[in-house]
Amino acid sequence: MNEAFIYDAVRTPRGKGKKDGSLVEVSPTELSRQVLVALRERSDLDTSQVEDVVFGVVEPIGEQGGNVARTAVIAADYDQTVGGMQINRFCASGLEACNTAAAKVMAGADFAIGGGVECMSRVAIGDGGMPLASDPLLSLPSYFVPQGVAADLVATKYGYSRDDLDQYAVESQKRAKAAWDDGRFANAIIPVKDDNGLTYLDHDELMRPETDMQSLGGLAPSFGMMGEMAGFGAVAVQRYPELEKIDYRHHAGNSSGIVDGAAAVLIGSQQAGEKAGIKPRAKFRTFATIGSEPTIMLTGPADSARRALDRAGMSASDIDLWELNEAFASVVLRFMDELDIDHSDINVNGGAIAMGHPLGATGAMILGTVVDELERTNKETALVTLCIGAGMGVATIVERV
Amino acid sequence: MTQIVTTETRDRVGIITWDIAGQSTNTLGEASLRGFEKAWRGFMEDDAIDGVVVTSGKDSFIVGADIGGLESMQQLPAEAVFAQNQELHAFFREMETAKKPTVAAVNGDALGGGFELALACRYRVLAEDAKLGLPEVMIGLLPGAGGTQRLPRLIGPRDALPYLTTGKNLRATKALQLGVVHAVAPGPDVVDVAVEAIRAGKVPAKAPWDEKGFEVPGDKPGSRGWQEVFAAGGAMLRKETKGNYPSPERIMASVYHGLQMPFDKALSFEGRQFTSLFMGTVSRAMIRTLWFGRNAANKLEKRPAGIPDTNFTKVAVIGAGVMGAGIASCTAMAGCDCVLLDISEEAAQRGHQHVKDYMARQVSKRRMTQDEADAVIARVHPTTDYSALKGTQLTIEAVFEDRGIKAKVTTAVEENTDDTHVFGTNTSTLPITGLAEAASRPEEFVGIHFFSPVEKMPLVEIIRGQKTSDHAAAVAMDYVKLIKKTPIVVNDSRGFYTSRVFGTYTREGFMMLTEGVSPALIENAGKATGMPMGPLELIDMVGIDTGHKIIHETIKEVGRDEMAARGEPFEALAVLDWIVEEVERPGQKAGKGFYEYDSSNNKTHIWPAVYERFPMNSDQPTVEELRRRFLHIQALETMRCMEEGVVTAADDADVGSIFGWGFAPWTGGVISYANDIGLATFLAECEELEKAHGLRFKPPQILRDMVAKGEAFYGAPAASMAAE
Repeated sequence: MNEAFIYDAVRTPRGKGKKDGSLVEVSPTELSRQVLVALRERSDLDTSQVEDVVFGVVEPIGEQGGNVARTAVIAADYDQTVGGMQINRFCASGLEACNTAAAKVMAGADFAIGGGVECMSRVAIGDGGMPLASDPLLSLPSYFVPQGVAADLVATKYGYSRDDLDQYAVESQKRAKAAWDDGRFANAIIPVKDDNGLTYLDHDELMRPETDMQSLGGLAPSFGMMGEMAGFGAVAVQRYPELEKIDYRHHAGNSSGIVDGAAAVLIGSQQAGEKAGIKPRAKFRTFATIGSEPTIMLTGPADSARRALDRAGMSASDIDLWELNEAFASVVLRFMDELDIDHSDINVNGGAIAMGHPLGATGAMILGTVVDELERTNKETALVTLCIGAGMGVATIVERV
Repeated sequence: MTQIVTTETRDRVGIITWDIAGQSTNTLGEASLRGFEKAWRGFMEDDAIDGVVVTSGKDSFIVGADIGGLESMQQLPAEAVFAQNQELHAFFREMETAKKPTVAAVNGDALGGGFELALACRYRVLAEDAKLGLPEVMIGLLPGAGGTQRLPRLIGPRDALPYLTTGKNLRATKALQLGVVHAVAPGPDVVDVAVEAIRAGKVPAKAPWDEKGFEVPGDKPGSRGWQEVFAAGGAMLRKETKGNYPSPERIMASVYHGLQMPFDKALSFEGRQFTSLFMGTVSRAMIRTLWFGRNAANKLEKRPAGIPDTNFTKVAVIGAGVMGAGIASCTAMAGCDCVLLDISEEAAQRGHQHVKDYMARQVSKRRMTQDEADAVIARVHPTTDYSALKGTQLTIEAVFEDRGIKAKVTTAVEENTDDTHVFGTNTSTLPITGLAEAASRPEEFVGIHFFSPVEKMPLVEIIRGQKTSDHAAAVAMDYVKLIKKTPIVVNDSRGFYTSRVFGTYTREGFMMLTEGVSPALIENAGKATGMPMGPLELIDMVGIDTGHKIIHETIKEVGRDEMAARGEPFEALAVLDWIVEEVERPGQKAGKGFYEYDSSNNKTHIWPAVYERFPMNSDQPTVEELRRRFLHIQALETMRCMEEGVVTAADDADVGSIFGWGFAPWTGGVISYANDIGLATFLAECEELEKAHGLRFKPPQILRDMVAKGEAFYGAPAASMAAE
């Protein structure tokens, strides 16, 4: 079996996923096209050597339907022999797409591209439908609750106070600001431009570096209404009867932001890289997937990380850098507690609380971020993971080469 | 052959009038449907007829399925149940798609299958004072004659679901506004309006869903609104049902899936859901107790024979407190005069004021007109004078739980009433036989145990003391029927039946506390059983001090040793002593108990000191284990009541448990619960519980005997037992 190497990783800036967002004018296919073009140009890549492009999309309907990956391959004028596949592993789709591309390389492909896209301003969360939530024959027996209520369930069950969550959020903003100021994203960012060469966006526009405990303190909980009026809180308590009730502690400031964005990672074998004259930057050590209890939903990262570590014959202390998508503050706090990780070793450049979470793309974005950071800090090993709807985890361990 | 319908012809319109002989209402059953179908086909094949109007000769239209007929259907395998259901759909579809229109002239209430039959007509005229409703969910079934498909296709899922999943009624104005009916008219005119609709060509040639390009009104399948309706609706449902009731889930599923498929497939899908519910134990248990058991109790089927019906003209209530005034309200609302007596004029007037306040609420909720309320108030006669009792058939004493005071009242009442007068005492704990010692006519002395709040609670427990005559019991039963409540008759015992068994539920909660089970887990497990509240919340509401007092009195009178021999766990008492005596938190009425309460006396959270006083074990039991303890202990105590002759029939026990103390209705009651688990299994589980938790779970002999003989309280014994 071949080893799979990361040769390059690019991402767009993240535009606000609202009416006034800077990327609203850019279609999901166009965003995807731009990251594919960037990969080709930066490595002077002969695209006929690329076997497949795998893109994560969480709401694959409408403008994001009809297989965004193949559509973008055609739009980017890649060689016609390059395939395209869209996958959905909810919030970990982008990382899963990279793992799938890596698996293709391990199976003998020269190059494959993993990545993802989500234009949340155009196709909103839930637009694609979710029978697990809406079909009574599924939702009732499985104690379905929405992600936000699950995040508050994590906080309630494991005792993370509103202050704990807000402190984490403030730190995320601080780190993201420092990372931008220090140019740590410069290598990965592809400014999004129109065909006149005019820039739509060249930075993550959601960031609020001025955020402090006081400003967050004024925000009302986001999921209390849903939890109490619609009964989801009661359902969560039925599943976790050791709790008297759910305390609603997450809000817009300590949860990930809604944004538009795309990312792509060029993955290939050693020989293919040598032939193309490009240098590998990191190697896939292993990756793992796991299902976890679906009501609390967001505790899968630790389970998948442990599975990946076991598979690699490693322990948590062997990991130099951790990257866990900041879907909600409680998710990261729980992960740190469960695996005994120091805050200084995880999400060192901030995350989705500060910069946003373009669902299908985020996994590929943070994989790129961690490779850049390994190089910058001269570290060896990193583990990337994300929490996932319906209770799953995906974890990928990469090593510098 | 019994008459089902009558027919007539007017203006080339055939009129079919449902009027089943020998019944006060029309019900939908195999035979009645056949009778209707025959008449309908006759008109369809008649060239002189242009359309058909369906109406009823009773005050109501058709009030639902013939539930009695369901019993025989319960013997059928699933294939046959489904096939029968599909036959019904086929006929309704034939009616709906026929060239000649069929119009429903709904002259009175149309419930269940009656409403569904109207929905299968292409035009509906509704009497202005009539109600529509689909109450199938209340007995664990679903509207299986197309109700889950036609109603949401008429008015959209968002508006239709509440009627389907709760069984609530739909009034004429609302029905017209929603578009459930085409016209509303005064009751006597509905047939004329229906005939005119046919004559004037107002009836559409097709049902909306048979039109090309039909779309469900309101939220379209897959839309954001649709997802909201079903995701939030599902969670709200689960919040209420705790997963114990398959019926509303299947109703919602029928709507969710049915609206995403062609109409005939949707009817088939609905039929599958109906079959699944019909074959399941929950609907059978609910039908058994909520329908048959309760109806039998309401009809006084166990009333002693040979005693003439009581004609109540005047009833007296002694003690004008909340309980007494409530009893007076119920009596006066039933059209009977009621003397409300207390020792002071002021107290009697206070009681009358309670009646007035209650009536004012009825008027403001539009359940009564002002005139009706005034008449009720006028029928209550506050007084301090025992001579006002002359001419009463029944007195109900509702004074303090104090033997001395009760004895004095008994004497005073007897002095002012005649020999056939019955004395009822509303005590919840004091044995009747002992109280009757104060009476010169102990045979006319009976316990009539009301539940609080009297106006709202549906059950009355009638207790026969050792000397209570059949006459006294019959008068008490007649009275309960008069005030439209459900009676059960039990024999004397400490706590009678209901209070005695109910107490085991809260007691089990206290035991769990002492064992180090998390208070939140105890409460959630209590609710998970289908009981209305967790044990701690419930005792807070009832009054912890009351429970505390009762058990200490019991110790005084029965003795610790005797109670210990019966398995009484005194650790539970220590919990009561602590909360009542040591920390002085008597319950919700004081704003403090096991829970904390806010300024409007709503509970906020479990008092944190409860966690300190009863430290939690690191290892906690599962909800399933706790659920079993809560339900098994109540079933065991009920069986002990049966063994001791306190309760004489399983259906009394079941009806009493659900309507008396809110025992989980999905079970069909406390005996049905054990019965449907299978008595052999139940016995084995109790033996395990006895080993783990002590003597209170010791199975009574009656259970062992029944298991040994392969008997069951209801229905055929389980197959495994039958084989032995």
